[in-house]
Amino acid sequence: MTTFLSGIFTRSVGKKIAMGITGLFLISFLIVHCAINATIFVNDGGKVFNEAAHFMGTNIFIRIMEIVLFAGIIWHIVQALILTLDSRKANSVKYAKFDGKANSKWYSRWMGLLGTLILMFLVVHLLDFWAQARFTGLGIPPVMIDGKEYENMYGKMLEVFSVGWVVVVYILGMISLAYHLMHGFQSAFQSLGLNHKKYTPVIKLTGTLFSIFIPLIFALMPIAIYFGFLK
Amino acid sequence: MSDIDSKIPEGPLATKWTKYRSTVPLVNPSNKRNIEIIVIGSGLAGSSAAASLAEQGYRVKVFCFQDSPRRAHSIAAQGGINAAKNYQNDGDSVYRLFYDTIKGGDYRSREGNVYRLAEVSGNIIDQCVAQGVPFAREYGGLLSNRSFGGTQVQRTFYVAGQTGQQLLLGAYNALERQVGIGSVTMYSRHEMLDIVKIDGKARGIIARDLVTGKLERHFGHAVLLCSGGYGNAFYLSTNAMGSNVTAAWKAHKAGAYFANPCYTQIHPTCIPVSSGHQSKLTLMSESLRNDGRIWVSKKKDDTRKANDIPEDERDYYLERRYPAFGNLVPRDVASRAAKERCDAGHGVGASKMAVYLDFASSMKRYGTIEANKRNIHNPSAEEIDRLGKEVLKEKYGNLFDMYKQITNEDPYEVPMRIYPAVHYTMGGLWVDYNLMTNVPGLYALGEANFSDHGANRLGASALMQGLADGYFVIPYTIGVYLSNEIRTKAISTDEPAFVEAEKKVQDNIDKLMSIKGTKSVDHFHKTLGLILWNKCGMSRNETGLKEAIEEIKALREKFWSDVRIPGDANELNTELEKAGRVADFLELGELMCIDALHRNESCGGHFREEYQTEEGEAKRDDENFAYTAAWENKGNNAWDLHKENLEFKEIHISKRSYK
Amino acid sequence: MNLTLKIWRQKNKNAEGKFETYPVKDVSPDMSFLEMFDYLNEELINKGEEPIAFDSDCREGICGSCSMWINGRAHGPVPGVTTCQLHMRSFKDGETITVEPWRAKAFPVIKDLVVDRSSFDKVIAAGGFVSINTGGAQDGNTILISKDDASEAFSASMCIGCGACVAACKNSSAMLFVSSKIFHFASLPQGKVEAKTRVQNMVAKMDEEGFGDCSNTYACEAQCPKEISVEKIAKMNREYLTAKLT
Repeated sequence: MTTFLSGIFTRSVGKKIAMGITGLFLISFLIVHCAINATIFVNDGGKVFNEAAHFMGTNIFIRIMEIVLFAGIIWHIVQALILTLDSRKANSVKYAKFDGKANSKWYSRWMGLLGTLILMFLVVHLLDFWAQARFTGLGIPPVMIDGKEYENMYGKMLEVFSVGWVVVVYILGMISLAYHLMHGFQSAFQSLGLNHKKYTPVIKLTGTLFSIFIPLIFALMPIAIYFGFLK
Repeated sequence: MSDIDSKIPEGPLATKWTKYRSTVPLVNPSNKRNIEIIVIGSGLAGSSAAASLAEQGYRVKVFCFQDSPRRAHSIAAQGGINAAKNYQNDGDSVYRLFYDTIKGGDYRSREGNVYRLAEVSGNIIDQCVAQGVPFAREYGGLLSNRSFGGTQVQRTFYVAGQTGQQLLLGAYNALERQVGIGSVTMYSRHEMLDIVKIDGKARGIIARDLVTGKLERHFGHAVLLCSGGYGNAFYLSTNAMGSNVTAAWKAHKAGAYFANPCYTQIHPTCIPVSSGHQSKLTLMSESLRNDGRIWVSKKKDDTRKANDIPEDERDYYLERRYPAFGNLVPRDVASRAAKERCDAGHGVGASKMAVYLDFASSMKRYGTIEANKRNIHNPSAEEIDRLGKEVLKEKYGNLFDMYKQITNEDPYEVPMRIYPAVHYTMGGLWVDYNLMTNVPGLYALGEANFSDHGANRLGASALMQGLADGYFVIPYTIGVYLSNEIRTKAISTDEPAFVEAEKKVQDNIDKLMSIKGTKSVDHFHKTLGLILWNKCGMSRNETGLKEAIEEIKALREKFWSDVRIPGDANELNTELEKAGRVADFLELGELMCIDALHRNESCGGHFREEYQTEEGEAKRDDENFAYTAAWENKGNNAWDLHKENLEFKEIHISKRSYK
Repeated sequence: MNLTLKIWRQKNKNAEGKFETYPVKDVSPDMSFLEMFDYLNEELINKGEEPIAFDSDCREGICGSCSMWINGRAHGPVPGVTTCQLHMRSFKDGETITVEPWRAKAFPVIKDLVVDRSSFDKVIAAGGFVSINTGGAQDGNTILISKDDASEAFSASMCIGCGACVAACKNSSAMLFVSSKIFHFASLPQGKVEAKTRVQNMVAKMDEEGFGDCSNTYACEAQCPKEISVEKIAKMNREYLTAKLT
């Protein structure tokens, strides 16, 4: 593996290929995460959701993928830091006048900031759910579904999203994610060399729809819970 | 009898070059590694020569004043490059290209050189294709050709309207490959300011690093000048801002003859001068004359707008004077006719130094045809205009857009204003068949030499000649000289000749810097340009030329006492660079007039008003002037004339007429 | 037109630079931006001041010499033109125009608005060519190239090497320039022979010369005077991956 890929990610072109690969990987995770969490909208008191959460928490393949996922996040972040440092080195003197909006989208230029906001959100989010489920315990009693005991992740959600400011943080996090994806989705394809007159418009459209709907669905979860649409 | 030897090999024309090429002395590869060659200029000729020589094993140093060799002005050539491939099965051949070129040059070029040019033209295309030049292709994947002026076959290869750029980038890539390997050392932002001669042979140069202002000495077993033409003597031309004669002129002052300086080509369709602040002129492709009609108002000093002048008050003077060729007369004829009308007070536009190139009737004609094609009966005038505009857009859209960008006038609505402009110089350093000047070891290639175009160059031939010289001529002919130089060790640049040459250059710079006068360099350049344009431009006469000589002398004196160059010599100083170049133009300008004055005939780009037929056409004098005028510099702006007689063994000389 | 120009003045590579303000009167709207500079320089010379140094040569938009950062954009506000083809009628009477040199570590300022772009040449020298010597090339028509491939190649080889892409990029990345050359050769059979080494060598050289990475903001495409598409960069990425993986 190492000789096979030797040096591939050390060059500038390789670095962005790495950003693209990890980015797409994280996007694929978003799809899974979103699909599972969206089961709360069944509004069955969390039955399906808790079953799914249990599966995700116990399946050995998923547990391995969880490690891969964290590795992916860390790689994405480290790579982004390297790219930022490279950029600083290559461009030490700034223009007195820079008409950025004439040439590119603001969110394309501010990916680092958006990424940092997402990371901050992620820390809050992980502390709210993942860390408790994995290590400290949810602190609320389990539920019985079809005679089997499950961790009450759904109950945890109802508890967390009953606090106003947490909901606001989640919404802001999702807005950051939306813009991050708006650039990142199509950018990943470009970095991996997939740009074609016929297909790129399709990729761009898909990317835009993805960037709007996935964060929107996520954001609707705390909103729906906070305003009592889900019980 | 010629008093200079062109060294054209004996034997039948068709086999001269192949035989010569097979018998010229060679330099052994191990000796090549010890031989250094200096190349000045990185255009088509310079880049191709440097790359080819380095590939053979010579050690090459290339100098250019631009920040990168890729910026040389060959890059701006639009139309294409000729080659006798006969891909179109239309009867082209080496002989026909040779014949067209000699005739196009108004019988003032060498048969031997031109035949060789035609012979290697095909190899150039092959070479460029192999380099990856993306020539235009047919649907079947074969190379595409188009027609060009002065020929009846389709032999012009092209890359959109950017052929020069693509060919230059091909040569530049080959050059950079050698730079990467280490066989070429590149000196960008360097300007050659003198030739160093030792025992009569060219042995090196003095160059100025334009960034630091430092003078440098460089040794070479041979020096190749590929420094382009001198069209910028006129100040306004289609040349680049930096194009200059300095390298060639310093060589001339070091003993190299300057040939036919009065042969300048003036292109009829350029965007006219709009204000005194204009820095250069832009060409509008000659192809526009296929569909545009040229006219001025019959009334003198007419101030009406073009569209307000009724049809019967318009003078389509080319159609009137040359009914057979009409608007498609050759460049020199069209240019002179435009000047004649403007001088007579019929010029158009604010400056009154322009004529109209009108597409209205073509628009109507195409519109009607298009309406018929689309089965539209009784189309309205607007409909015809709209359809006609579509056709014109397809044919010339990019040119119309460029025109609009520069002038802010829409040529679909109002006629274009055009006027002739200087864009190429046929004259240059005199060279023999080996492309060597009369100074041993000093060569001139491309537009810098005089050799192949006679008194007038055909379209799409400049690219051909530059690359022929660099890729396929000099790599062979340089062996003739260098095979005798293998015992010459690299000469130390501490030799007195180098020290003296550098001192001379330094003194000249010091002198320029110490004048501290009141007028800018551009002021003198513009004044010189006007003198040359008015008196040694599209048409010349004895009185004007004599006046011009006196005026240039006076201007030169004024320059040397009143030019102002701010800043320091030990830094990037664009004014100092310009001053050095203009100082040389001020000497060359005089020689151009002297040459024009001595040539008592009209031929090609050189039109002497005294020598014309009753209908106002050029009158050549083959009996007295069938020679190349090679001028020897005697110092202090005095020159001796040497004549190289032109012998036409293959071609029968005849008269050109376009009536 | 009357204008106020704020221009970056810097004596040499090592000197500190600063903005100087110059009022310019009676500018004709038909002047090109560089002719307006000629005009200003003529005035400065007449006043005994040092003229502003800037690069310019062909003034037809093809040599790639001119390189001004005008009001926050490479080659100014009009898309698809070089500075020399930008005309004063694109500005408003009384406007203040800020002019800076290209900014990138790989393009150090030499003086005023003149920068050193020789790093571009070095990248080309690392692989931007087909390795054939002069002579011995087969007949041009023996290599069949489809019309589409030829124009694809040309759409990249038309790059004029001005450096606007680097100047416009917030990371000072040279990827549009480098990928144009790679794309040009990758579109043609002549270039395929050494495609793998070319892309690796050119990318390595580009990094070594101190250009930054690409973050796909596409400012390069937006400011390229020849409007070369970022699809060239994608192709380079593909070529790079292919070279590394196969």
